[in-house]
Amino acid sequence: MLKSRRNLLAAIVIGLVAGTVALPSFAADKKLTFGFAQVGAESEWRTANTASIKSAAKEAGIDLKFSDAQQKQENQIKAIRSFIAQKVDVIGFAPVVTTGWDTVLKEAKAAKIPVVLTDRSIETKDDSLYVTTIGSDFTEEGRKAGHWLLDNYKGQGDVNIVELQGTVGSAPAIERQKGFLEVIKADPRFKVIRSQTGDFTRAKGKEVMEAFLKAEPNINVLFSHNDDMAIGAIQAIEAAGKKPGKDIIIVSVDGVKGAFEAMMAGKMNVTVECNPLLGAQLMDIVKQVKAGKPLPKRINTKEGIFPMESAAKEFPSRKY
Amino acid sequence: MRLKNCFHHHLFWPCITLVLLCLTNFFFNHGFFDIEVRNGALYGSVIDVLNRAAPLMLVSLGMTLVIATRGIDVSVGATVAIAGAVVAVMIGGTLVIKDGVQSYVANFPMPLAIIAALGVALLCGLWNGALVAGAGMQPIIATLILMVAGRGVAQLITEGQIVTIYYEPFFFIGNGFLFGLPFALYIVLAVLLILLYLTQRTSLGLFIQAVGLNPTAARFSGISARALVLWVYGFCGVTAGVAGLVITSNVKSADGNNAGLAMELDAILAVALGGTSLDGGRFSLIGSLIGALIIQTLTYAIYSLGVPPEINLVVKALVVFTVCLIQSERLRSMLFTPAIHLEEKS
Repeated sequence: MLKSRRNLLAAIVIGLVAGTVALPSFAADKKLTFGFAQVGAESEWRTANTASIKSAAKEAGIDLKFSDAQQKQENQIKAIRSFIAQKVDVIGFAPVVTTGWDTVLKEAKAAKIPVVLTDRSIETKDDSLYVTTIGSDFTEEGRKAGHWLLDNYKGQGDVNIVELQGTVGSAPAIERQKGFLEVIKADPRFKVIRSQTGDFTRAKGKEVMEAFLKAEPNINVLFSHNDDMAIGAIQAIEAAGKKPGKDIIIVSVDGVKGAFEAMMAGKMNVTVECNPLLGAQLMDIVKQVKAGKPLPKRINTKEGIFPMESAAKEFPSRKY
Repeated sequence: MRLKNCFHHHLFWPCITLVLLCLTNFFFNHGFFDIEVRNGALYGSVIDVLNRAAPLMLVSLGMTLVIATRGIDVSVGATVAIAGAVVAVMIGGTLVIKDGVQSYVANFPMPLAIIAALGVALLCGLWNGALVAGAGMQPIIATLILMVAGRGVAQLITEGQIVTIYYEPFFFIGNGFLFGLPFALYIVLAVLLILLYLTQRTSLGLFIQAVGLNPTAARFSGISARALVLWVYGFCGVTAGVAGLVITSNVKSADGNNAGLAMELDAILAVALGGTSLDGGRFSLIGSLIGALIIQTLTYAIYSLGVPPEINLVVKALVVFTVCLIQSERLRSMLFTPAIHLEEKS
């Protein structure tokens, strides 16, 4: 009795699943279908990222099946399996973590569905499991910030730099620091005299900068791993009676709206873009993958660098 | 005799710790006690520490009362985020650029926004109180619900974005100076004075202690323990709400994800460092303030000493560990009077 009821239940479940799987694939006959498993909605950056992918898919006429993994790998794996069952044309996902993807990606490969990774990479011995990774190159962002500083710093003598790091151990913090140091090494006048984490937040950025300002009377440059910390630090610099952007040159990364407002007010000198709006580029890649064109294993998103002077012109078109 | 009294005063060890930390700061950063006047306000490291500690001091005051009733409130960080989110969204103000002129507009009048934020914070506190006193849940479990859900609520209010406030008058709460001192400190002082009056000049303090020591006995002696606990949690919510206003005003934005993150732990630690037992009963409001100052002075020391960020937390943990050991009466008696201890054993 119990067993038969369980069988019935199983049948219903299978029926439901099959139904949901079958319906969309009928509806979407010739349109290209793209299944995308997003990390979640953990930050402003990610929300902008999701919005960009959704709107770009619509514009490109691609049928997007979107799944939100709520920062859990198991949810992402489930989503990818359901994409395989739905026989989508291309699967994309932004891996929550770097390892543990081999099994599910082999299933995708067996089903002959190409996989594209966005914004983060994975660790695997078998490179053929995915076609390409598209995303930001954090080290390059650090390098860009360093180059801008070397090219644009006008003062004489030693340059004392303080650094506000992102969350300890996070990839953007490690790599932005690496890229920045790599570049400023070229000129011995440039020295990082203090470096502390501000956890990517405004409040911590402000608090740490306050302490820096008291401990070091002579700060020339602030390098911040993201705009929010820089915005907090600007408030601390103003409270100390100095002029952010003039007395202390501020170099930051991200390109969020707040940074553009600060630059328009002359309080921040430059921000290196870390672009979440990779939707359009991603859809191009999806089409190319479907057409079977060969692609490099790593594609970097198009990212600019915005000095203070360009802020007023760019501000109205900023989306995040 | 006098000296011995001083030695046994419950604030003796917290004060010693604070002095030691200040001296450490001074030793490595000679400008620590320098205070100068800049832009018509006092400016210096000590002022920073006081200003930064203000939100934590507020939360610790509320937490002290909760802990005195043998409870605990781990949801204060979430309440901070919610209050911040409410006030930021209500005041908000969008940057409008018309013909190159930037202007800012507030959505609701500021007093209304502040009252609303504090009202929501009070509701959060009462919710906790109702679960603890009404439904009889364990305080840590009851408040854990809001700790987890509250951050979600805050993010729901801010729609997952960082809401920037563009309304000048609001900045005064967290950035303003009155008679040379940060305005936030006056808020702390006001809350402290109200509480000192209520707990020392009325029987409220005694009631709270009675409930913390023995709820059943307190009930039999005619104290309506349930109502008391309900309102103590409510009050704790309000102090967290005020802290949320200060933090939000200070950074001119509300970040549902990060505002007040892990603040509940710092507040509990401040209360414990201040000499209030987590078992309830006797409590010390001044002690909790000193505890909050200890935590902030330590944080400041870490920044100004140039500790590598990777080991920040280890350094913090070691100091807290040492402080707790120093404050342990049993350990002190073991160290200072080993002979008696041995005798006791044999």
